[in-house]
Amino acid sequence: MKHLSLIALIAVSGAALAETPRQIGDAYAAAQGGGYRATAARGAEFFARKFNVSEKMPACSTCHTDSPAQAGRHAITGKTIKPLAPVANSERLSDPAKVEKWFTRNCKEVVGRECSAGEKADFVAFLAEVR
Amino acid sequence: MKRIALFAAAAFATLPAHADRLPIPADAPPAFAAECGGCHIAFPPSLLTADDWRRVMASLDKHYGDNAALDDRTRRAIGDFLERSAGSGRRTEGANAGNGALPRLTISNWFRRKHDEVPAAAWKDKRIGSAANCAACHSRAEMGSYGERELRMPGGYLSER
Ligand code: HEC
Ligand code: HEC
Repeated sequence: MKHLSLIALIAVSGAALAETPRQIGDAYAAAQGGGYRATAARGAEFFARKFNVSEKMPACSTCHTDSPAQAGRHAITGKTIKPLAPVANSERLSDPAKVEKWFTRNCKEVVGRECSAGEKADFVAFLAEVR
Repeated sequence: MKRIALFAAAAFATLPAHADRLPIPADAPPAFAAECGGCHIAFPPSLLTADDWRRVMASLDKHYGDNAALDDRTRRAIGDFLERSAGSGRRTEGANAGNGALPRLTISNWFRRKHDEVPAAAWKDKRIGSAANCAACHSRAEMGSYGERELRMPGGYLSER
Protein backbone atom coordinates (compact mmCIF):
# COMPACT_ATOMS: atom_id res chain seq x y z
CA MET A 1 0.00 0.00 0.00
CA LYS A 2 2.81 2.32 0.95
CA HIS A 3 4.33 2.05 -2.48
CA LEU A 4 1.14 2.27 -4.45
CA SER A 5 0.97 6.02 -4.68
CA LEU A 6 4.64 6.20 -5.60
CA ILE A 7 3.93 3.85 -8.46
CA ALA A 8 0.97 6.02 -9.43
CA LEU A 9 3.28 9.02 -9.30
CA ILE A 10 5.75 7.43 -11.66
CA ALA A 11 3.00 6.23 -14.00
CA VAL A 12 1.59 9.74 -14.23
CA SER A 13 5.01 11.22 -14.91
CA GLY A 14 5.41 8.80 -17.80
CA ALA A 15 2.53 10.57 -19.47
CA ALA A 16 4.33 13.86 -18.77
CA LEU A 17 1.31 15.46 -17.16
CA ALA A 18 2.12 18.61 -15.28
CA GLU A 19 1.32 18.43 -11.61
CA THR A 20 1.05 20.94 -8.83
CA PRO A 21 3.49 21.11 -5.90
CA ARG A 22 0.57 20.10 -3.70
CA GLN A 23 -0.05 16.89 -5.68
CA ILE A 24 3.64 16.00 -5.62
CA GLY A 25 3.90 16.64 -1.88
CA ASP A 26 0.72 14.67 -1.17
CA ALA A 27 2.02 11.67 -3.10
CA TYR A 28 5.21 11.62 -1.01
CA ALA A 29 3.23 11.98 2.23
CA ALA A 30 0.98 9.09 1.19
CA ALA A 31 4.05 7.01 0.30
CA GLN A 32 5.39 7.60 3.82
CA GLY A 33 2.13 6.15 5.14
CA GLY A 34 0.60 6.30 8.61
CA GLY A 35 -1.34 9.46 7.72
CA TYR A 36 1.90 11.43 7.46
CA ARG A 37 1.43 15.18 7.63
CA ALA A 38 4.22 17.17 5.99
CA THR A 39 5.40 20.41 7.56
CA ALA A 40 7.26 23.24 5.89
CA ALA A 41 9.19 23.87 9.13
CA ARG A 42 10.79 20.42 9.02
CA GLY A 43 11.59 20.98 5.34
CA ALA A 44 13.24 24.30 6.15
CA GLU A 45 15.36 22.68 8.87
CA PHE A 46 16.44 19.96 6.41
CA PHE A 47 17.31 22.55 3.77
CA ALA A 48 19.60 24.42 6.18
CA ARG A 49 21.14 21.35 7.87
CA LYS A 50 24.88 20.70 7.45
CA PHE A 51 25.20 17.03 6.59
CA ASN A 52 28.96 17.29 6.03
CA VAL A 53 29.04 14.09 3.99
CA SER A 54 30.41 15.64 0.82
CA GLU A 55 33.39 17.94 1.25
CA LYS A 56 32.38 20.32 -1.54
CA MET A 57 28.63 20.02 -1.03
CA PRO A 58 28.03 19.82 2.75
CA ALA A 59 24.43 21.14 2.63
CA CYS A 60 21.58 21.86 0.22
CA SER A 61 22.26 25.55 0.78
CA THR A 62 25.84 25.17 -0.49
CA CYS A 63 24.54 25.28 -4.06
CA HIS A 64 21.05 26.68 -3.53
CA THR A 65 21.94 29.60 -1.16
CA ASP A 66 20.06 30.29 2.07
CA SER A 67 16.89 31.07 0.14
CA PRO A 68 15.24 28.77 -2.41
CA ALA A 69 13.72 31.88 -4.01
CA GLN A 70 17.20 32.94 -5.17
CA ALA A 71 19.29 31.57 -8.00
CA GLY A 72 22.12 29.37 -6.78
CA ARG A 73 25.45 28.21 -8.09
CA HIS A 74 26.87 24.71 -8.48
CA ALA A 75 29.67 24.41 -5.91
CA ILE A 76 32.00 22.56 -8.28
CA THR A 77 31.14 23.65 -11.81
CA GLY A 78 30.12 27.24 -11.02
CA LYS A 79 27.02 27.01 -13.24
CA THR A 80 24.01 29.10 -12.24
CA ILE A 81 21.14 27.04 -10.82
CA LYS A 82 17.66 28.49 -11.20
CA PRO A 83 15.67 29.07 -8.00
CA LEU A 84 14.07 25.97 -6.45
CA ALA A 85 10.93 27.68 -5.18
CA PRO A 86 7.92 27.69 -7.54
CA VAL A 87 7.22 31.29 -6.56
CA ALA A 88 10.44 32.30 -8.33
CA ASN A 89 10.52 29.60 -11.01
CA SER A 90 7.21 28.18 -12.16
CA GLU A 91 8.80 25.08 -13.71
CA ARG A 92 9.73 23.76 -10.26
CA LEU A 93 7.66 21.01 -8.61
CA SER A 94 5.64 20.39 -11.78
CA ASP A 95 7.27 17.22 -13.08
CA PRO A 96 7.25 14.35 -10.54
CA ALA A 97 9.89 12.33 -12.42
CA LYS A 98 12.27 15.28 -12.41
CA VAL A 99 11.66 15.94 -8.72
CA GLU A 100 12.33 12.29 -7.88
CA LYS A 101 15.47 12.20 -10.06
CA TRP A 102 17.05 15.12 -8.20
CA PHE A 103 16.06 13.75 -4.78
CA THR A 104 17.67 10.45 -5.72
CA ARG A 105 20.93 12.06 -6.82
CA ASN A 106 21.31 14.75 -4.21
CA CYS A 107 20.15 12.75 -1.19
CA LYS A 108 22.86 10.18 -1.95
CA GLU A 109 25.48 12.82 -2.63
CA VAL A 110 24.70 15.42 0.04
CA VAL A 111 22.81 13.52 2.75
CA GLY A 112 24.80 10.32 2.16
CA ARG A 113 21.73 8.08 1.93
CA GLU A 114 18.31 7.93 0.34
CA CYS A 115 15.79 10.36 1.77
CA SER A 116 12.55 9.00 3.21
CA ALA A 117 9.26 9.82 1.49
CA GLY A 118 8.38 11.88 4.58
CA GLU A 119 11.54 13.99 4.27
CA LYS A 120 10.69 14.60 0.62
CA ALA A 121 7.13 15.59 1.53
CA ASP A 122 8.47 18.10 4.09
CA PHE A 123 10.97 19.50 1.61
CA VAL A 124 8.27 19.95 -1.05
CA ALA A 125 5.98 21.61 1.53
CA PHE A 126 8.79 24.03 2.42
CA LEU A 127 9.59 24.97 -1.20
CA ALA A 128 5.92 25.42 -2.06
CA GLU A 129 5.51 27.84 0.82
CA VAL A 130 8.54 30.07 0.18
CA ARG A 131 7.56 33.62 -0.74
CA MET B 1 35.88 19.11 -64.32
CA LYS B 2 32.92 17.92 -62.38
CA ARG B 3 35.14 15.36 -60.70
CA ILE B 4 37.64 17.96 -59.64
CA ALA B 5 34.98 20.06 -58.01
CA LEU B 6 33.66 17.02 -56.22
CA PHE B 7 37.14 16.11 -55.10
CA ALA B 8 37.76 19.63 -53.82
CA ALA B 9 34.47 19.57 -51.93
CA ALA B 10 35.33 16.23 -50.35
CA ALA B 11 38.77 17.46 -49.31
CA PHE B 12 37.24 20.55 -47.81
CA ALA B 13 34.66 18.57 -45.92
CA THR B 14 37.32 16.45 -44.24
CA LEU B 15 39.23 19.47 -42.96
CA PRO B 16 38.69 19.86 -39.23
CA ALA B 17 35.83 22.25 -38.50
CA HIS B 18 37.01 25.69 -37.44
CA ALA B 19 37.92 25.61 -33.77
CA ASP B 20 35.65 28.45 -32.73
CA ARG B 21 32.55 26.40 -33.62
CA LEU B 22 31.91 23.17 -31.73
CA PRO B 23 28.18 22.69 -32.26
CA ILE B 24 26.26 19.77 -30.79
CA PRO B 25 25.46 17.42 -33.73
CA ALA B 26 21.88 17.69 -34.96
CA ASP B 27 21.10 14.03 -34.27
CA ALA B 28 21.56 14.46 -30.51
CA PRO B 29 18.67 13.06 -28.50
CA PRO B 30 16.80 15.82 -26.63
CA ALA B 31 17.92 14.18 -23.38
CA PHE B 32 21.53 15.13 -24.10
CA ALA B 33 21.05 18.88 -23.61
CA ALA B 34 18.46 18.35 -20.88
CA GLU B 35 20.43 15.82 -18.80
CA CYS B 36 24.04 16.69 -19.57
CA GLY B 37 23.53 20.46 -19.65
CA GLY B 38 22.08 20.79 -16.15
CA CYS B 39 25.20 21.17 -14.03
CA HIS B 40 27.57 22.42 -16.73
CA ILE B 41 27.13 23.08 -20.45
CA ALA B 42 26.55 19.96 -22.54
CA PHE B 43 30.17 19.44 -23.62
CA PRO B 44 31.01 18.98 -27.33
CA PRO B 45 31.14 15.19 -27.94
CA SER B 46 34.11 15.56 -30.30
CA LEU B 47 36.46 16.51 -27.45
CA LEU B 48 36.66 12.97 -26.00
CA THR B 49 37.04 9.55 -27.63
CA ALA B 50 34.34 6.87 -27.74
CA ASP B 51 36.25 4.95 -25.06
CA ASP B 52 36.35 8.02 -22.83
CA TRP B 53 32.61 8.55 -23.17
CA ARG B 54 31.94 4.91 -22.38
CA ARG B 55 33.78 5.34 -19.09
CA VAL B 56 31.97 8.57 -18.25
CA MET B 57 28.58 7.00 -18.96
CA ALA B 58 29.39 3.84 -16.99
CA SER B 59 29.91 5.71 -13.71
CA LEU B 60 27.34 8.51 -13.64
CA ASP B 61 26.60 7.88 -9.95
CA LYS B 62 30.26 8.74 -9.21
CA HIS B 63 30.72 11.69 -11.51
CA TYR B 64 33.65 14.01 -10.73
CA GLY B 65 32.50 14.55 -7.15
CA ASP B 66 28.78 14.63 -7.94
CA ASN B 67 25.94 12.22 -8.74
CA ALA B 68 24.51 12.38 -12.28
CA ALA B 69 22.71 9.02 -12.26
CA LEU B 70 20.14 8.40 -15.02
CA ASP B 71 17.60 5.68 -15.78
CA ASP B 72 19.01 2.99 -18.09
CA ARG B 73 17.04 3.95 -21.17
CA THR B 74 18.12 7.60 -21.12
CA ARG B 75 21.69 6.61 -20.30
CA ARG B 76 21.84 4.27 -23.29
CA ALA B 77 20.37 6.86 -25.70
CA ILE B 78 22.88 9.48 -24.61
CA GLY B 79 25.76 6.97 -24.55
CA ASP B 80 25.05 5.79 -28.10
CA PHE B 81 24.96 9.37 -29.31
CA LEU B 82 28.22 10.30 -27.56
CA GLU B 83 30.02 7.26 -28.95
CA ARG B 84 28.95 7.88 -32.53
CA SER B 85 29.82 11.60 -32.27
CA ALA B 86 33.08 11.09 -30.39
CA GLY B 87 36.37 12.54 -31.56
CA SER B 88 39.78 11.03 -32.08
CA GLY B 89 43.35 12.17 -32.56
CA ARG B 90 44.56 15.70 -32.00
CA ARG B 91 41.70 17.13 -29.97
CA THR B 92 41.36 14.22 -27.58
CA GLU B 93 44.97 13.35 -26.74
CA GLY B 94 45.99 13.85 -23.15
CA ALA B 95 42.46 13.76 -21.72
CA ASN B 96 43.36 10.81 -19.52
CA ALA B 97 45.50 11.53 -16.48
CA GLY B 98 45.77 7.80 -15.76
CA ASN B 99 45.49 6.45 -12.21
CA GLY B 100 41.89 5.48 -12.87
CA ALA B 101 40.62 9.07 -12.97
CA LEU B 102 37.75 9.84 -15.35
CA PRO B 103 38.80 11.52 -18.61
CA ARG B 104 38.65 15.31 -18.78
CA LEU B 105 38.46 17.30 -21.98
CA THR B 106 39.87 20.25 -19.99
CA ILE B 107 43.28 18.57 -19.63
CA SER B 108 43.80 17.50 -23.25
CA ASN B 109 46.88 18.91 -24.98
CA TRP B 110 44.59 20.71 -27.42
CA PHE B 111 42.54 22.37 -24.67
CA ARG B 112 45.68 23.46 -22.84
CA ARG B 113 47.17 24.90 -26.02
CA LYS B 114 44.00 26.83 -26.84
CA HIS B 115 44.01 28.27 -23.32
CA ASP B 116 47.68 28.99 -22.80
CA GLU B 117 46.95 32.73 -22.65
CA VAL B 118 44.58 32.38 -19.74
CA PRO B 119 46.44 33.52 -16.61
CA ALA B 120 46.58 31.07 -13.70
CA ALA B 121 44.68 33.53 -11.51
CA ALA B 122 41.68 33.38 -13.87
CA TRP B 123 41.20 29.61 -13.41
CA LYS B 124 41.19 30.11 -9.65
CA ASP B 125 38.83 33.10 -9.68
CA LYS B 126 35.69 32.32 -7.70
CA ARG B 127 33.48 33.69 -10.47
CA ILE B 128 34.92 31.09 -12.83
CA GLY B 129 35.58 28.26 -10.42
CA SER B 130 36.62 25.60 -12.93
CA ALA B 131 37.98 25.18 -16.42
CA ALA B 132 34.84 23.14 -17.10
CA ASN B 133 32.74 26.28 -16.57
CA CYS B 134 33.11 27.20 -20.24
CA ALA B 135 30.19 29.63 -20.15
CA ALA B 136 31.89 31.81 -17.51
CA CYS B 137 34.23 33.05 -20.26
CA HIS B 138 32.60 31.99 -23.53
CA SER B 139 29.27 33.81 -23.47
CA ARG B 140 27.81 31.61 -26.24
CA ALA B 141 29.29 28.27 -25.16
CA GLU B 142 25.81 26.82 -24.76
CA MET B 143 25.33 27.31 -28.51
CA GLY B 144 28.69 25.66 -29.23
CA SER B 145 30.24 28.97 -30.20
CA TYR B 146 33.72 29.89 -28.92
CA GLY B 147 34.68 32.89 -31.06
CA GLU B 148 37.10 35.46 -29.70
CA ARG B 149 34.52 38.26 -29.90
CA GLU B 150 32.20 36.31 -27.60
CA LEU B 151 34.73 36.07 -24.78
CA ARG B 152 33.58 37.68 -21.55
CA MET B 153 36.18 37.12 -18.90
CA PRO B 154 34.89 38.04 -15.46
CA GLY B 155 37.54 40.23 -13.87
CA GLY B 156 38.81 41.39 -17.28
CA TYR B 157 41.87 39.14 -17.25
CA LEU B 158 42.50 39.58 -20.96
CA SER B 159 41.66 43.25 -21.27
CA GLU B 160 45.28 44.35 -21.49
CA ARG B 161 46.29 42.17 -24.39
C1 HEC C 1 24.45 16.52 -11.08
C2 HEC C 1 25.31 17.39 -11.84
C3 HEC C 1 25.87 16.86 -13.15
C4 HEC C 1 25.18 16.31 -14.20
C5 HEC C 1 23.69 16.06 -14.32
C6 HEC C 1 26.19 15.99 -15.20
N1 HEC C 1 27.43 16.39 -14.78
FE1 HEC C 1 29.17 16.20 -15.81
N2 HEC C 1 30.16 17.07 -14.26
C7 HEC C 1 29.61 17.47 -13.05
C8 HEC C 1 30.64 17.96 -12.18
C9 HEC C 1 30.45 18.49 -10.76
C10 HEC C 1 31.84 17.89 -12.92
C11 HEC C 1 33.25 18.31 -12.45
C12 HEC C 1 33.52 19.71 -12.90
C13 HEC C 1 34.84 20.22 -12.42
O1 HEC C 1 35.66 19.48 -11.85
O2 HEC C 1 35.10 21.41 -12.62
C14 HEC C 1 31.50 17.31 -14.21
C15 HEC C 1 32.43 17.07 -15.22
C16 HEC C 1 32.14 16.44 -16.40
C17 HEC C 1 33.13 16.13 -17.41
C18 HEC C 1 34.61 16.46 -17.35
C19 HEC C 1 34.83 17.93 -17.63
C20 HEC C 1 36.30 18.30 -17.65
O3 HEC C 1 36.80 18.81 -16.66
O4 HEC C 1 36.93 18.07 -18.69
C21 HEC C 1 32.49 15.49 -18.44
C22 HEC C 1 33.10 14.96 -19.72
C23 HEC C 1 31.08 15.41 -18.06
N3 HEC C 1 30.92 16.01 -16.84
C24 HEC C 1 30.10 14.85 -18.85
C25 HEC C 1 28.75 14.76 -18.48
C26 HEC C 1 27.74 14.07 -19.26
C27 HEC C 1 27.97 13.35 -20.56
C28 HEC C 1 26.55 14.22 -18.57
C29 HEC C 1 25.19 13.66 -18.95
C30 HEC C 1 25.08 12.23 -18.99
C31 HEC C 1 26.84 14.99 -17.36
N4 HEC C 1 28.18 15.29 -17.33
C32 HEC C 1 25.90 15.36 -16.41
C33 HEC C 1 28.27 17.42 -12.71
C34 HEC C 1 27.27 16.91 -13.51
C1 HEC D 1 38.84 31.36 -17.81
C2 HEC D 1 38.09 31.58 -19.01
C3 HEC D 1 37.85 30.38 -19.94
C4 HEC D 1 37.22 29.20 -19.64
C5 HEC D 1 36.61 28.77 -18.32
C6 HEC D 1 37.20 28.43 -20.87
N1 HEC D 1 37.82 29.14 -21.87
FE1 HEC D 1 38.02 28.55 -23.81
N2 HEC D 1 39.13 30.19 -24.19
C7 HEC D 1 39.41 31.20 -23.29
C8 HEC D 1 40.34 32.14 -23.91
C9 HEC D 1 40.88 33.41 -23.27
C10 HEC D 1 40.61 31.64 -25.21
C11 HEC D 1 41.52 32.22 -26.27
C12 HEC D 1 40.71 33.06 -27.20
C13 HEC D 1 41.53 33.52 -28.36
O1 HEC D 1 42.69 33.80 -28.19
O2 HEC D 1 40.93 33.55 -29.43
C14 HEC D 1 39.83 30.42 -25.36
C15 HEC D 1 39.78 29.64 -26.51
C16 HEC D 1 38.95 28.55 -26.71
C17 HEC D 1 38.76 27.86 -27.97
C18 HEC D 1 39.45 28.19 -29.26
C19 HEC D 1 38.65 29.15 -30.10
C20 HEC D 1 39.35 29.43 -31.41
O3 HEC D 1 38.93 30.37 -32.09
O4 HEC D 1 40.29 28.71 -31.75
C21 HEC D 1 37.86 26.86 -27.75
C22 HEC D 1 37.32 25.88 -28.75
C23 HEC D 1 37.49 26.92 -26.35
N3 HEC D 1 38.16 27.98 -25.74
C24 HEC D 1 36.64 26.05 -25.74
C25 HEC D 1 36.40 26.02 -24.38
C26 HEC D 1 35.61 25.00 -23.71
C27 HEC D 1 34.90 23.82 -24.43
C28 HEC D 1 35.62 25.31 -22.38
C29 HEC D 1 34.97 24.54 -21.25
C30 HEC D 1 35.24 23.10 -21.19
C31 HEC D 1 36.40 26.53 -22.22
N4 HEC D 1 36.86 26.91 -23.44
C32 HEC D 1 36.62 27.17 -21.00
C33 HEC D 1 38.91 31.32 -22.02
C34 HEC D 1 38.24 30.33 -21.33
